[in-house]
Amino acid sequence: MRDISLHLSDIVQNSITAGASLVEVTFRLDGAGVLRVTVRDDGCGMSPELLERVQSPFTTTRTTRKVGLGIPLLTQNARLSGGDVRLQSELGVGTVIEADFHTDSIDCLPVGDLAETMATLVLSNPDRPDFHLTCASPSGEMQFSTEEIRQALGGVSLAEPEVYQWMLSSLREEIEPILGGIMK
Amino acid sequence: MKSLAELEQIRKQTLERINLRKEDKADVTRIVIGMATCGIAAGARPVMHAFMDELNKRQLQHVTVSQTGCIGMCRLEPMVDIITPDGNKVTYVHVKPEMVPRIVAEHVVNGRPVQEYTIGAAEDQ
Repeated sequence: MRDISLHLSDIVQNSITAGASLVEVTFRLDGAGVLRVTVRDDGCGMSPELLERVQSPFTTTRTTRKVGLGIPLLTQNARLSGGDVRLQSELGVGTVIEADFHTDSIDCLPVGDLAETMATLVLSNPDRPDFHLTCASPSGEMQFSTEEIRQALGGVSLAEPEVYQWMLSSLREEIEPILGGIMK
Repeated sequence: MKSLAELEQIRKQTLERINLRKEDKADVTRIVIGMATCGIAAGARPVMHAFMDELNKRQLQHVTVSQTGCIGMCRLEPMVDIITPDGNKVTYVHVKPEMVPRIVAEHVVNGRPVQEYTIGAAEDQ
């Protein structure tokens, strides 16, 4: 993966497969240059046994093949920057995955096109789940919620091309001032 | 969030367009993009964006874009299936955003698959 937003496209897929109805994504950059990316879902959760094995590339829930590289690749890139990945999960409650990136490290990936990631996630999953995005840094904070958009659209699908373009431009405009320094 | 009032305008426009579409539901062409770890790492997300951009520019009514998981040919990603209303499926491989306008123009609009981008052409090499 070339940037953190591509990892996000990938990791959120786990929440969707887990049947989540709400996925909350947070990008929080602190004053010391540590970027904490959190994905919290209310999906089916994992048993303690699965949680222990999930960091292994030879663990996957699919039945067609025996490898799953999403979490191992994310962990590798977080560790390369001096950060790490933590997972918490409870059966029937949901899962939280938290990845720390030290943005001042030369090996740290850029954030990348987070707006495009969020817009394509909503486009591919227009009915369920709902997504929340929070971006915060010393320069400010922004929030995005598909629940509000859904309400405003009153029955029009979130997958319509006009809605996609609106979400994309609105996200780009709002994320840039907050995470602009670490996006490329 | 950016002004939600703009969404009201979008809602009205879209409703008009959707009403046009409802009359002939059977005519929908489906564009399905592989978006598992392999697809995303190979560049599927900008490809999906390129399709949305092109559909929006051309204001195409009867086309939907969706995603699927990994179908086991990771070396050929990004892969895109186009399923036309007649039920025929064409699989494009190693798709780049630059290829998308031609695929939409020739295949989705005019019904002639772009042979050189298809899985058949790739496997012959």
